[in-house]
Amino acid sequence: MAEKTYKFISQPRRAVEDRRFVAGRGKFVADLDRPGMLHVAPLASHYPAAIINKIDVTAALAMPGVVDVITGAEISAAIQPLINGLDTPNVRRFPLAVGRVRYAGEWVCAVVAESRAIAEDALEKIIVDAAAQPFVLDAEEALLSTSPPVHPEHGSNLLLDKKFVWGAVDDDFALAKHNLSFSVTWGRNSTVPIETFGVVAEWNGWDQILDIWASVQMPKYSDQISRCLGLAGNAVRVHYDIDVGGSYGVKRGIKHATLIGYIARKLGRPVRFIEDRLENMRAGDAHGPERKFDVTMAFEDDGTIRSMKMRALDNAGAYAGRAPFQLGKPIGAIVGPYQINSVSYHALSVTSNKTVQEAVRGFGQAPTNYAIETAMDRVANFLKMDRLVLRQHNLIRADQFPYLIPSGSTYDSGDYHTVIDKVLNAADYSALVATRDRLRTEGMMAGIGVAACLEPSGGNSSFEPLLNEANKTSTWMESCQVNVDALGNVIARIHTTSSGQGHDTLVSTVLGEVLQIDPDKIRVTRPNSLESLPGNSPVGSRMAIMLGGAAARAAEKLKLKIVAIAAHCLGFDADKLVYSGGDVLAPDGSKHSWLDAVELAHRQFHNLPEGMDPGLASFDIMQVPTGDALPVDGKVQMYPCYSFEFHLVLVAFDPVIGRPEIRSYTIGHDCGTVINPAIVSGMTYGGIAHGIGATLFEEFAYDANGQLMTQSFLDYLMPSSHEVPPIEIVKHCTPSPHTVFGQKGSGESGYLGAPAAISGAINDAVAALDIHFEKLPIRMSAISDAISNKLA
Amino acid sequence: MNDVSIKINGELVTAMVEPRLTMLDFLRDVAGLKGTHAGCEHGVCGACTILYDGNAVRSCLMLAVQVDGQEITTIEGIGGNFERSGELGIIQDAFCEAHGLQCGYCTPGMVLAAEALLAKTPSPSEDNVRDAISGNICRCTGYVQIVDAIMLAAQRLGNRNDMLLPNHPSTQQDK
Amino acid sequence: MKAVKFDYKRPATIDEACCLLAGDHNARILAGGQSLIPMLSMRLSRPSLLVDIAHIAELTQFIETDHHIEIGAMVRQAVAQVNPLVKTHIPLLAKALEYVGHLPTRARGTIGGSIAHADPSAEIALVAITLNAEITYQDGEDDVVFDASDFFIGPMLTLAPPSGCLVRTGFPKAPAICGTGFHEVAPRRSDYALASAAAQISASVDGRIEKIDVGVGSVGDFPERLKVDALLTSDLGDDTISQVLHAAMADIETVEDLHASAAYRKRVATELAIRAVRDALNEIKKGTRQ
Repeated sequence: MAEKTYKFISQPRRAVEDRRFVAGRGKFVADLDRPGMLHVAPLASHYPAAIINKIDVTAALAMPGVVDVITGAEISAAIQPLINGLDTPNVRRFPLAVGRVRYAGEWVCAVVAESRAIAEDALEKIIVDAAAQPFVLDAEEALLSTSPPVHPEHGSNLLLDKKFVWGAVDDDFALAKHNLSFSVTWGRNSTVPIETFGVVAEWNGWDQILDIWASVQMPKYSDQISRCLGLAGNAVRVHYDIDVGGSYGVKRGIKHATLIGYIARKLGRPVRFIEDRLENMRAGDAHGPERKFDVTMAFEDDGTIRSMKMRALDNAGAYAGRAPFQLGKPIGAIVGPYQINSVSYHALSVTSNKTVQEAVRGFGQAPTNYAIETAMDRVANFLKMDRLVLRQHNLIRADQFPYLIPSGSTYDSGDYHTVIDKVLNAADYSALVATRDRLRTEGMMAGIGVAACLEPSGGNSSFEPLLNEANKTSTWMESCQVNVDALGNVIARIHTTSSGQGHDTLVSTVLGEVLQIDPDKIRVTRPNSLESLPGNSPVGSRMAIMLGGAAARAAEKLKLKIVAIAAHCLGFDADKLVYSGGDVLAPDGSKHSWLDAVELAHRQFHNLPEGMDPGLASFDIMQVPTGDALPVDGKVQMYPCYSFEFHLVLVAFDPVIGRPEIRSYTIGHDCGTVINPAIVSGMTYGGIAHGIGATLFEEFAYDANGQLMTQSFLDYLMPSSHEVPPIEIVKHCTPSPHTVFGQKGSGESGYLGAPAAISGAINDAVAALDIHFEKLPIRMSAISDAISNKLA
Repeated sequence: MNDVSIKINGELVTAMVEPRLTMLDFLRDVAGLKGTHAGCEHGVCGACTILYDGNAVRSCLMLAVQVDGQEITTIEGIGGNFERSGELGIIQDAFCEAHGLQCGYCTPGMVLAAEALLAKTPSPSEDNVRDAISGNICRCTGYVQIVDAIMLAAQRLGNRNDMLLPNHPSTQQDK
Repeated sequence: MKAVKFDYKRPATIDEACCLLAGDHNARILAGGQSLIPMLSMRLSRPSLLVDIAHIAELTQFIETDHHIEIGAMVRQAVAQVNPLVKTHIPLLAKALEYVGHLPTRARGTIGGSIAHADPSAEIALVAITLNAEITYQDGEDDVVFDASDFFIGPMLTLAPPSGCLVRTGFPKAPAICGTGFHEVAPRRSDYALASAAAQISASVDGRIEKIDVGVGSVGDFPERLKVDALLTSDLGDDTISQVLHAAMADIETVEDLHASAAYRKRVATELAIRAVRDALNEIKKGTRQ
């Protein structure tokens, strides 16, 4: 498909959001000062598991400035449990621990006070009488029947146990000449935005409305709050004009909002809770997947991969949440970019006495890509084949799209071989190999890593009905409204918060393109949930596709109306007219201008075509493309669009020090038509940085006593500007046939392949010593120790 | 409670505060300046960066009482008179040009770190820039476009200075 | 993350500071605050009174004596880093300061604060121990002087008098012909080191090596000087250096944590010490310092 040229789309254009941020004028939730606002501090459990016998809050309540102390007993009697995506009714969760704590850091009760400092003072006066209980931290251990169940009412720690067989796995294994098994573990990390989660709630008794301002990125947030608090949906008003200080998936904050909403309603005063960093790390319920993979590959001498068996065991932490679904989304790209004839997949999710898991960038795809790419490296090593050649041999070819994979998803488009060739050229692969070899002769450990990965995009929720038959959701829409005011200016409304994705820029660019007007003159607003059309927030790399799609469709409807008005006015059939730059041109040279249309639509009803409503406004509620069916026989079309990325990395380190340095990083990226180049590049760089952290530094690590060892930024180490190297992005564009401009998603790019590539490079560096690092993060100490052990 | 008066962006702010109040909380809750952000409150992330004595420093690692009688600059004191006109300073504008940000939360700290750097090192190397922002954690950008932005700002500031020289072509033409 | 309540005093003289400290056994000195304030915010430190010594002029001085450069306790790390006396006479400290925290924390953090805080991974303490600096406290009206090699007794533990105020640290001036080396490794460049090493070697005019000081940090409860006397009488070849330092490190106890094994710390500290010694020797050879 030839690349189309656009006037605004794909062109360099400043992000309209940036101006306020560089001036320090973002509107973050912590910036809100409501008159009479109270502050909350939660009491964190010291125990990883305990039965709460008694909570004595007398001394705390007696302190000046303390207004209330909320316990789990109180709130569980007043509200409904938080929504649980699985069919596990006895795994119940409330914002505060009820009768039992299930992880160290879990909120036992919450002090409400005139200031945060007073609330923290009061926490020290609360006496909790609790009896420690046995606990379990490791996922394999949690599976054992001898392990203490985190939820005794549920009976075991098993949340999800689904076996899928797609295609003739047994036959393929029987026919294939070789098979090879290995295990790898993806460590527990998260996106850890620099803004913690925060929420302000205010109950207006006269209007019977609960106002919520939150730094949230969560589908159906107001619905969930309403259900938990027993309020009508139209009694909860979530304000979408709050700037969210980074999220990348995790800012879900449902327990926070229900707790603070409950308190605000109870006390009739505005209440604010902004997590401090310790609370965020240990009890923000925002850890990412912690996943062990056992993989067996079946393949031939020439490198052809026939089949794959994968068992994925995920440690969900103490409650279910949406975490288990992160095992479901990767089903939509379970073979990666490769032709693999059949797959069996055993997805297991267990509870443990760790902090609760939440959605993280890629929703489980990055760990799965890491397992698939490790498999490719292992097979290549086994066959003594070049890792690139093995990949190129198995990649889906450009002429095979649309390509149906065994698990039921059809990949929309791609040209993987070309992207890889472009990267090898740009990075001068043979020179890179020479550099690696030279470094080795100089006494350094040096390795090259490659990763070819997919970013499923256009997020919907097909994994919900796939993993939970009781769930019949296929709808996963996004909406946009467009209005032209009486002076001819365009206002667009979008119905979600933004956390750095540049949605205002996205929508104004798309509207400008379709309406052929200057995007900088378009105002984009984000009203509250009561003034909004339905949407599902920026999850699953979906907004370029879904919000961009809805905006384009709304603009097309508006254009139709403008042309219809012109046709009536100029006396031509609409199909004889040409819409151009906002004006409508007739074959006889006459013109009906944008302002003529505005004048008629706003002021001259008598001159409008018969039956046409006044005004120039439109809206669109767009269903996710390809999202038209529920799963059948364990198969479903997951996401509509598949972006491709290819990473090529050179890593070097001193064998004694073991500190991996990235000497060269090139990524080839094909996300179809790019709406805003700087925004897409920025997200890709950021995703790679996050991937560097996941590979080398970042882990929520627990000690043997069930205590989180990495609660602060002194121990949870995120890459700084020193650790992220210059990165070259090689762009390619294979438009998607499913979207208005051929765009695909890019919000998770970089992160989905960086850990596979960097760990692959480290493993390449130590391959001669027969060392395989099988767990992320790979700490420098582990590298040095492993080399030392081999050389001893 | 202690009396403190601190000159912030040239204006004196006076208040009675508890000694335990950090400068960060003073700025946000007492002075009402919300551009300085809390990220970690233990001195690692740099979101709360302010300028003090020409240096970028962390306001969460200072008590307001320590700063009594002294002067600091926050993001609100940077750039042109944007309160009325939306006019940005050269560094801020370069951040927009290079899209050296996404969510905007670490951005004020980054801009101030860049201000401190470029005031002392007008022609920095990329390494200088990476050093100067290494105490400011950004989770969105991978720093690449932030480094681009600061290098661009240095170039533009340099060009501006060149233009003030008498032999610069632009001033020659005016004669 | 808000501190407990405390009082705050800002004395103008050391005597006044000592008086305040003597009057409240739960008082703590606040210098640059870069380590103390996070501990306050996390309520790990719960003083009743903070004595802010930032406005005591005497504490911000550099004094050159016959044998020492005395650095006032309140001298900011960033100031020391560019001070000509430090560059000329304590080249090892000048090198080490580049590794201390980040620019923003060096702008506030002080030489004295780092010594008094006694973090096992602190670069300044490592230099003080390696060079055996003199650490002077004023307690009441008396000066109490410690050898740095005795001063540190555990992680965040020193022999400092409870009501004393650190006044200055006297770093021995480097001899005319001298080379230094400093290395540390950390997961990220500016993190707390997993291992660090410092070396200073001096020579006579005719090139004979006269003194070798080597220390390692971040490996145990506090930085330690290594016994490397054997080097003085050796050929100073690479193999010898390696042998002597391996032997010197053999008895050093190293600690394990999430970020590094005890074996790693020992292995890497040894390697860094070797590199630091080589760097120092190379400097002498090249005459970098002359």
